[in-house]
Amino acid sequence: MFDPPNVLALLPEYILTLVGVAVMMLEPVLPAGRSRKPLGWLAILGAIAACAASFYQVSLIRAIGGPLFAFSNTVQVDRFSIFFQILVTAVAVITLLSSLDFFEGDATNAGEYYALVCFAAVGMLLMSVSPELLVIFVGLEISSISTYIMAGFRKTSAAGGESSIKYFLLGSFATAFFLYGIALTFGATGSTNLRMVAPALAGTSAPLLAILAIAMIIIGIGFKVSAAPFHVWTPDVYQGAPPPVVGFMSTAPKAAAFAVLLRILFGGYPLFESKWSVLLWGIAALSMTIGNLGALLQRDVKRMLAYSSIAHAGYLLVAFTALPQDGIPAAAFYTAAYAAMNVGAFVVITLVSGNRERMRTGEDFTGLAIQHPVLAAAFSFFLLSMIGIPFTGGFFGKFYVFTGAIHAGHIWLAVVGLLNSGIACFYYLRLIARMYSAPTGYSAAPAIDFDPAGSTNPLLDPVAAAALAPDARIIRPTAAYLALAFCVIATLLLGILPGRVLRLVQFPAFTQEDRTIAAEPRMECCPSPHRTALAQLVSGLKR
Amino acid sequence: MVPIAYYLILAAILFSIGIGAFLIKRNIITVFMSIELMLNAVNLTFVAFAHMRHAVQGQIFVFFVMVVAAAEAAVGLAIIISVFRSRQTLDIDQINLMKN
Repeated sequence: MFDPPNVLALLPEYILTLVGVAVMMLEPVLPAGRSRKPLGWLAILGAIAACAASFYQVSLIRAIGGPLFAFSNTVQVDRFSIFFQILVTAVAVITLLSSLDFFEGDATNAGEYYALVCFAAVGMLLMSVSPELLVIFVGLEISSISTYIMAGFRKTSAAGGESSIKYFLLGSFATAFFLYGIALTFGATGSTNLRMVAPALAGTSAPLLAILAIAMIIIGIGFKVSAAPFHVWTPDVYQGAPPPVVGFMSTAPKAAAFAVLLRILFGGYPLFESKWSVLLWGIAALSMTIGNLGALLQRDVKRMLAYSSIAHAGYLLVAFTALPQDGIPAAAFYTAAYAAMNVGAFVVITLVSGNRERMRTGEDFTGLAIQHPVLAAAFSFFLLSMIGIPFTGGFFGKFYVFTGAIHAGHIWLAVVGLLNSGIACFYYLRLIARMYSAPTGYSAAPAIDFDPAGSTNPLLDPVAAAALAPDARIIRPTAAYLALAFCVIATLLLGILPGRVLRLVQFPAFTQEDRTIAAEPRMECCPSPHRTALAQLVSGLKR
Repeated sequence: MVPIAYYLILAAILFSIGIGAFLIKRNIITVFMSIELMLNAVNLTFVAFAHMRHAVQGQIFVFFVMVVAAAEAAVGLAIIISVFRSRQTLDIDQINLMKN
């Protein structure tokens, strides 16, 4: 258990769990009236430490020259898992930064919220790090249960409760499907470890069982990533949940779920590719079309972004129909690009609309550029990235995905995707145009008489808010602006230096090399050459 | 002795009943119970396969599913209570603030 390789393999998970527990313990100790910000900063430090630990694991696996196995092969730290670990922890840091001021002054126990973000991140890390379906299932549940609570964290808001209950019911429903898929996989192969599943499937006597299993798993994950036709919960849940939470749950759990799907399909079921790629072809085309057409009709901005996230899930699923060497890096890159731009967009919404969510519909955003030029510019940048304009992460995401599909011969799917990108331009550009147009009745005179719904938002306009309520403290959301800057930089870097990120994930992952490794049963914790190298490394560290 | 296939078919029927109830029933508690039914159908499948393959992993899996289902129930019932407090109803059709 406290074997060094085991501890090192799950280092980020350990850090985040300990920090989450510490925050939980400190929350009731703090006096009721005190600000919960120190707990938030503690959680941020923990998430940063987990991110750093993931970077440390890169040097670790480079030193031992291969994936790091731990806990009887139920944990496999490789470049693929580390990519998603860094992504999840980075999203957690940004979410925590943007939530600091959002939950400040609210009577809800914000300390629990920070702990829940940590726990949810632990679940997602476990999902991306394990080839064992049992661990993936437990990780999925840890992350899901935490996000159910986070969605309804504003207990006084009726919409929040509704969002939470819908997310909970549909999420548990999806879990049951995923679990049934695991049970059938176990029945078809006699194992729940993907490294054993792939070779066992080659000689399975029940191919029908395996096909049913993979269909069930795709349905379960399809719900989690809100791909059509399993998307019905998404708009309601995103509309009712607090904006920083939506930014978190629309990116990090989806990234982890896509990591799981990549591992299961390309790592566990490569032999059935002809079967599942047809299924995913249909789901991808349907998600893109339904998402984009639905987004056209929405007035509420969060609801529009919910439909847009359905469409993006569709673009991402296109990568699954590509060949493994194209598809895996393309999908990984797209999750990163989508995470950067979508979290960024929700940080802007958090800042603009505040805890009471004064600005909801697209009309409310009219003239945002006059009052908050920086926020409007950042929001426009993220929306342009979602369209796929060059020099943004979204452009290369779409580029890799569609070239991958074309290489694999799915030209029609790429055509559907590109047509959909055209439709998507309309509603993103409509919102940008709104932000940069003057509101009706606005004269060119100074902005004194300009008073949109959000101008008394204490998060944005501390001076005006203080004038209205003199005893209210002036809140300057520096942390949220820091998070925003981070998202802008990440989106920009992914757009101008995509090669560096792609090189991090460009490897045969678990497909080719793994099939040969998995053929020989290995029951010890760590393969012996790796273990010796690791032992040397550990002793070197102690010195 | 009862053949293994019978257990698997029973589990599949229970799972389908769970799906049906989830889609048809309008009371949140009943909907939640149908999810539990689906999870238990999966447990039955695991145990049947574990017996068929003489692999103990399947039975271990069942314990994990039960633990997770209990955790889920704790959170789920708390959410249901909080919704009931703000709405005074458990009818899923009336929880539709956002359908506009």
